[in-house]
Amino acid sequence: MYSFDFVRPATLDEAVAALAGEEAQALGGGQTLIPTLKQRLASPATLVSLGGIAALKGVSSSGGTLTVGGGTTHGTVAAEAASVYPALAKLAGNIGDPAVRNRGTIGGSLANNDPSACYPSAVLASNATVVTNTREIAADDYFQGLFTTALEPGEIITAVKFPVPQKAAYIKFEQPASRFALVGVFVAKGADGVRVAVTGASEGGVFRWSEAEAALSSNFSAGALDGLSASADGLINDLHGSAAYRAHLIGVLTKRAVAAAG
Amino acid sequence: MPKDHGIGASQKRREDVRFLTGAGQYTDDINVHGQAYVCFLRSDVAHGRINKVDTAEAEAMPGVVRIFTGADFEGVGGLPCGWQVTDRFGQPMKEPAHPVLARGKVRHVGDPIAAVVADSLEEARNAAEAIVLDIEELPAAVNMKAALEAGAPRVHDDLSDNLCYDWGFVEDNRDAVDAAIKAAAHVTTLELVNQRLVANPMEPRVAVGDFNRATGDSTLYTTSQNPHVIRLLMGAFVLGIPEHKLRVVAPDVGGGFGSKIFHYAEEAFCTFAAKAINRPVKWTSSRAEAFLSDAQGRDHVTKIELALDKDNNFTAIRTSTLANMGAYLSTFASSVPTWLHGTLMAGNYKTPLIYVNVKAVFTNTVPVDAYRGAGRPEATFQLERVIDKAARELGVDPIALRRQNFITQFPYATPVAVEYDTGNYVATMDRLEEIADLSGFAARRKASEAKGMLRGLGVNCYIEACGIAPSNLVGQLGARAGLYDAATVRVNATGSISVMVGAHSHGQGHETVFPQVIAEMLGIDESMVEIVHGDSSKIPFGMGTYGSRSLAVCGSAMVRATEKIINKSKKIAAHMMEAAEADIELKDGKFSVAGTDKSVAWGDVTLAAYVPHNYPLEDIEPGLEETAFYDPSNFTYPSGAYACEVEVDPGTGKVTIEKFAAVDDFGNVVNPMIVEGQVHGGIGQGIGQALLENCVYDENGQLLSASFMDYAMPRASDVPFYQVDHSCATPCTHNPLGVKGCGEAGAIGSPPSVVNAVIDALQSGGHNVTHIDMPVSPHRVWQAMNG
Ligand SMILES: Cc1cc2nc3c(=O)[nH]c(=O)nc-3n(C[C@H](O)[C@H](O)[C@H](O)COP(=O)(O)OP(=O)(O)OC[C@H]3O[C@@H](n4cnc5c(N)ncnc54)[C@H](O)[C@@H]3O)c2cc1C
Repeated sequence: MYSFDFVRPATLDEAVAALAGEEAQALGGGQTLIPTLKQRLASPATLVSLGGIAALKGVSSSGGTLTVGGGTTHGTVAAEAASVYPALAKLAGNIGDPAVRNRGTIGGSLANNDPSACYPSAVLASNATVVTNTREIAADDYFQGLFTTALEPGEIITAVKFPVPQKAAYIKFEQPASRFALVGVFVAKGADGVRVAVTGASEGGVFRWSEAEAALSSNFSAGALDGLSASADGLINDLHGSAAYRAHLIGVLTKRAVAAAG
Repeated sequence: MPKDHGIGASQKRREDVRFLTGAGQYTDDINVHGQAYVCFLRSDVAHGRINKVDTAEAEAMPGVVRIFTGADFEGVGGLPCGWQVTDRFGQPMKEPAHPVLARGKVRHVGDPIAAVVADSLEEARNAAEAIVLDIEELPAAVNMKAALEAGAPRVHDDLSDNLCYDWGFVEDNRDAVDAAIKAAAHVTTLELVNQRLVANPMEPRVAVGDFNRATGDSTLYTTSQNPHVIRLLMGAFVLGIPEHKLRVVAPDVGGGFGSKIFHYAEEAFCTFAAKAINRPVKWTSSRAEAFLSDAQGRDHVTKIELALDKDNNFTAIRTSTLANMGAYLSTFASSVPTWLHGTLMAGNYKTPLIYVNVKAVFTNTVPVDAYRGAGRPEATFQLERVIDKAARELGVDPIALRRQNFITQFPYATPVAVEYDTGNYVATMDRLEEIADLSGFAARRKASEAKGMLRGLGVNCYIEACGIAPSNLVGQLGARAGLYDAATVRVNATGSISVMVGAHSHGQGHETVFPQVIAEMLGIDESMVEIVHGDSSKIPFGMGTYGSRSLAVCGSAMVRATEKIINKSKKIAAHMMEAAEADIELKDGKFSVAGTDKSVAWGDVTLAAYVPHNYPLEDIEPGLEETAFYDPSNFTYPSGAYACEVEVDPGTGKVTIEKFAAVDDFGNVVNPMIVEGQVHGGIGQGIGQALLENCVYDENGQLLSASFMDYAMPRASDVPFYQVDHSCATPCTHNPLGVKGCGEAGAIGSPPSVVNAVIDALQSGGHNVTHIDMPVSPHRVWQAMNG
């Protein structure tokens, strides 16, 4: 690690002000950022911890919408979203290990937008809204490619609003070493139709599989996907799986997600 | 009633109290007053010419004490290789120089170029980043086949090519084997890769060098499995420090799996630098550095042919293997694919003719050396896979084919130079069929199929040669060291005992097991016995722990020393009771005179030895301390039969291990619980190799699996509950305890049954798949299913 200054504001306003400083960076649970610092791959001048801001934490629901504070840990979502949005709670409960879940936050995961992360698929499939200190961003506008999002420098994710779908499930096929998603598919059937979001597979990050959405919107059953196959174009080809294998997994996992959603 | 005392008791490991409560003393816990810290600047290219290493700016950075480069080691020896292999033509292997810090060229990613010593680690890292390197990158030799082709980039400019040796074994059998294969009724051929692995012990390597200006003594604290071996190699061959001026301490060590046998550059560096700057010097490897600097394991590419007659008797085996040495010869690298591999090719079977060819190859990758099993897993894997393939080709039951060819008479001289003393492969297989409930497999397969899963059963046998090793034999084979071991039994005045042993415990539980043996011999409580190990200034010159040797070799030395203690104490007891020495019996910690009610307690005799007021001083010396060196007359030959059942998800190719049964013949067992633990750990590593672990370089020699994000270690959820059995024991005939060694068996014996099971599952699903290379990842299974 290179040396840096550390601040831990108690309010959002203070955090926003601190992040306006030269080379300041937000710190969520640190599960991505701290290892990066340890390897000297980043050198912020100031780390602004969001951990002291009570307003960013917690899970609440009203009127069919589940709101998760931007600083809420995966562990809290796993426990507190279970009754309202079980598919989301289950996803959170399978991220990393207990240490990661007890520190890592939804805001950190979405700001990072790792192409193999789990949450982006839930946000995109649920048609959720990412709320920041300045605006609300629709999921379809938020994810802009590998480690790239609509966030401006210094912008803080304060909450994510999930319209709770009628049916939903997430199936993650683990990369054997990291246990991130080699491919993960989130299927959500909401009032406006079915959305299918795929993570882990594409060089462009999380994406929607529109053919499957169309097929499932008219017939929400695994059988509706027979004969459909995802294209391998632009999919990741690495040590753990070829693009063709990932394309194959998208098909298999989507069917399994539909079956699991019931 | 299971025993709770002495040999055969499953006593809990006494060392676990400190390990599990955070009271262990590991090398990184050692901080010497005034120590400075080292950061190695390592090559980020696999192959390159060093034009210039400019340290001027870095030298001026805050906290920097001194920066060393290859030039500082001009007068210093290179890291030695401990085993000279002679090739098929009678020529010695090629043995290129292995400098402490790179000179002239860098030869793998991670090769150390410079070392910054500074007041703090942060300052050392900062200065290392400020060193300006001018390195001209050269094309790298990575793939072994390509590295042997004419015109391939040469790893060592002073060698004619990248071939370290071309070894044939038994060379005199070559023609006869060729003829037998020609004449065979059936020949099964299998080409396979035994992939490279990273050992990844939980504790990364650490070295602390200290120099005492007043006495001229050097001390090295290091994460080693064999402190005396390090003292010998580093003192005699690298730094020129005589033994009495060099102390090597390996305190608690958090796992080694072979990777901490070898003498490493960082150890020599810290010892050298401490003297050069007259200040203690400490280096602690990061996990990232460990991936680039710990010797790696396996990495063989093999073709094996098994010839059978018309009745399915094995008639000949011929193998040809490329074995990766990496960029330099690590300490025992040359012996692994030769003497630890070729001698195992008979396995459990009476194949009359065997020929093994091994070409060892230098590449621009991290050096490869022994890793749990070392050569024996590679031998077992090819043999047990080719037998399975043969059974399928011939349409016979793989277990029946094995049984038909089992060795049944012991001792048995194999055609590959070793003689098995004991074993009972039939009984072992019988027991396996029972505990693995093989007769219930068909029903379990049906149940899996009903869930849409494919189920497979894989079985294999293994034999290993351990209890390493008879010195005269290995000397003939090229070893540059003896492989005996030593123990000193020091009985204290009040009867408590300290045993100084050459073996080193880094997970094996010696501190628990060795006292059980002494307690059994003397009839005293284990709590009176303490094991001292790991410090060259305290222990006799023993060779450390690897090759499942500790109890078989060092334990035997301890038994011999204890026998001397018993003889002497009987003399003392005879004097005390005014009886004839021949009439003295030792039982339950008491000496008595046969046929009388006269007795003296253990503690009375030991006290007399140290307070010799009433003592036969004219016949024997006071004191009660004995040392014995033990050199085994043969290897030991543990054997076993393993069965694995897997489910394969046909949708994703994912393999899940549903059942795993292991029957091992370890001879006599001192602590069954610890033996089971060793088997569990070994199988875990074997499953890791079979399904998960893969050390991969790209064509430029960059390590792609350079962290746990890409290098898949087995975790608890990847392994099943094991059924482990060691009831089919045939005690070793040539060591006093009748023990064979159990440390490597699991890792040697498990990979073939896992892969055999996957092939069985796929074939049951109608997929004509005959082989998948390890790791049998979901991706590879899917590719195999989709042809
Ligand atoms: C061993 C391990 C296993 C893992 N497994 C998985 C897995 O299976 N699936 C998965 O999805 N993830 C996994 N992760 C990643 C984990 O979910 C991280 O917690 C997450 O990616 C980052 O969240 P964080 O709160 O720790 O963010 P940090 O590491 O603190 O920050 C990450 C980035 O987000 C920024 N940031 C943080 N909070 C905010 C905010 N509220 N608003 C704006 N920007 C912010 C930071 O500035 C930084 O750039 C794993 C991580 C580890 C270490």
